[in-house]
Amino acid sequence: MNKILNIKDIAPRVKEYVIENPDIARHCLPGQFIILRVDENGERVPFTICDFDREKGTITLLVQEVGYSTHKMAMLKVGDSLHDMVGPLGNATELDAYENVVLVGGGIGCAVIYPQAKLRTKKGQKCDVIMGARTKELLFNIDEFRANSDNTYIATDDGSMGTKGFVTTVLQQLIDEGKKIDCVFVVGPMIMMRNVSELTRKYNIPTIVSMNCVMVDGTGMCGGCRLTVGGETKYACVDGPEFDGHKVDFAEAMNRAGFYKEHEEKCRLRG
Amino acid sequence: MAINNSPRHTTNHQDPQERIKNFEEVNLGFDEKTMIEEANRCIGCKNAPCRNGCPVGINIPAFIAHLKENDPDGALSVISEASLLPAICGRVCPQEKQCENNCVRKAKLGGSVAIGALERYVGDYGLAKGTADYVKPASCGKRVAVVGSGPAGLACAADCAQKGMQVTIFEAFHKAGGVLVYGIPEFRLPKEKVVAKEIEKLKALGVEIKLNTVIGKTITVEELQEQYDAIFIGTGAGLPMFMGINGENLNGVSSANEFLTRVNLMQAYKDDAITPVYCGKKVAVIGAGNVAMDAARTAKRIGGGEVYIVYRRSREEMPARGEEIVHAVEEGIQLQLLTNPVEMLGENGRVCGLKCVKMELGEPDASGRRRPVPVEGSEFVLDVDQVIVSLGTSPNPLIKKSFKGLEFTPKGTIIVNEEAMSTNVEGIYAGGDAVTGAATVILAMGAGRKAAKAIIEYLGVE
Repeated sequence: MNKILNIKDIAPRVKEYVIENPDIARHCLPGQFIILRVDENGERVPFTICDFDREKGTITLLVQEVGYSTHKMAMLKVGDSLHDMVGPLGNATELDAYENVVLVGGGIGCAVIYPQAKLRTKKGQKCDVIMGARTKELLFNIDEFRANSDNTYIATDDGSMGTKGFVTTVLQQLIDEGKKIDCVFVVGPMIMMRNVSELTRKYNIPTIVSMNCVMVDGTGMCGGCRLTVGGETKYACVDGPEFDGHKVDFAEAMNRAGFYKEHEEKCRLRG
Repeated sequence: MAINNSPRHTTNHQDPQERIKNFEEVNLGFDEKTMIEEANRCIGCKNAPCRNGCPVGINIPAFIAHLKENDPDGALSVISEASLLPAICGRVCPQEKQCENNCVRKAKLGGSVAIGALERYVGDYGLAKGTADYVKPASCGKRVAVVGSGPAGLACAADCAQKGMQVTIFEAFHKAGGVLVYGIPEFRLPKEKVVAKEIEKLKALGVEIKLNTVIGKTITVEELQEQYDAIFIGTGAGLPMFMGINGENLNGVSSANEFLTRVNLMQAYKDDAITPVYCGKKVAVIGAGNVAMDAARTAKRIGGGEVYIVYRRSREEMPARGEEIVHAVEEGIQLQLLTNPVEMLGENGRVCGLKCVKMELGEPDASGRRRPVPVEGSEFVLDVDQVIVSLGTSPNPLIKKSFKGLEFTPKGTIIVNEEAMSTNVEGIYAGGDAVTGAATVILAMGAGRKAAKAIIEYLGVE
């Protein structure tokens, strides 16, 4: 169980893992996440499921090395097993109601929108993709996105590929061109999700964001992942992880996401 | 026979000044000599009022009679008829409100017999014997799924397994024990010495424990129904309640569930822990139940600073076990009674104060307790850098979403027939906090056993 069957380097400090877990692979849907522990003393870290193969009983995760646990994970090799993995948690993404959908991914967030692109293409539904990153080395699976979307647009901060600027630059262009957009689904750093939501709010375009909050159990027990949505307290693990981007209190969510940064720094120095 | 006149014996305790620096158990229990002396204080009343106070009806005078003869084996077999977890219940039951509250010695004659401490003695004796007395019985061919490995699930599993049923417990966390491992701290209920050993007994009976499995997510309810002849739901309490006041989502504010889970389950109190826990130097814990005491005493041990219990009623109404309140006060936890928080104040996104109002007790409310009412103009700010909210929980929403055919109360707890703990769906039983809302370990264990009895009858197992 939880054996790593394949590891692929897909960008600097970003690896793709194919992991054996038939129960999760049999039941998961795009948008759901898992919580794993790398080793016996490890912390519980949530990751969105990027892809799955029900027949092979595997799920795919994309992991960016950002802290202690992801660093530990980066040291694992094919054939090693993760100590624990639980899921699929949270609710599945629901985009069927929308005809013209734009999927927006920032950095590692592109990995989360990919299964949506794949699913919509399989169902014969339309979708456009906007991928954003600081620089072109951080972009991945561009061909797969192209094969699974009507249009794939790219934005890099430094202009090394696609439009120079942010995903919002491209989205603004599409809106200005008069493109019909029924829904924007955006996954990436909170600040990016906030900026996309601010933009679409002006045009009344429904916008769904995926909130990667700090959590412990992931099943509605600890309350660590709470956030304010439309003035109400919600729990990312059981009510989300996806919410109406126009209603999320991003300032609060970003503040909460930064709470354990100091500790993470301490662990990195020690690790 | 002359009545033994000696006053109630107290157990040995770690010194408060020492124990606030460690996570070792606070109450050290009775030694053999004191145990026998305390057992001899039991008059052995024929009508045994103490038994009526026990949610599972342990034959208390009978087990104590064995202890008088220094026969813990005999005592253990008496307790085992009613309770499977004496080492746990002896430590965490609110005895002063249950058995000991009914003891005829309570008001005079030196105080109630220390039934809880005697039960614990027997429980620890049982644990020390190991699992040799527990062997897997011959299979009866029936399969039972138990959802949740807390006290309700463990008790149900043990009784079913003893009848030769193949029992599988499904646990969402990476470790079995439910609230016994994530909620109750090490200094009150040792994890390796007590909880893990109780679980070993179940394994010796042939119970299989599947960790990291969320029923309704990892395995569907339908799959479970196909593979098992009966299902017991013991998933415990759910989402932590907050007050709904301003500032609750500031950094430095958490539920007691989160704080305690980080410390207990994830071992964040250890220096080499990977899981972080924030602990301030001036901590306010809101609420006055057992969980609030656990959170306050844990905060004292980790942060070493000022810790306050903030409670809107008076000391008399505090719902925690008497011993926990005494221990908390001994450890320097300050009780801010008749005090109600109205706002959490923040600076740079972090909590920096708890604005409170003083309360006074008015007329009795629906619960029969005098209703606290705010004293006008009494607002003040408690200077704190951490707030832990411990106001109970509401039922877990996952159960309602996953078990679609089940009936629930408007609050979200599962509706059962209380005689058999059976739900409206044939073959599905439930018990513990998932049914009652936040309650006690002993009630959950009692419910698990009741359900096991009904499952045994339902499946026609001899």
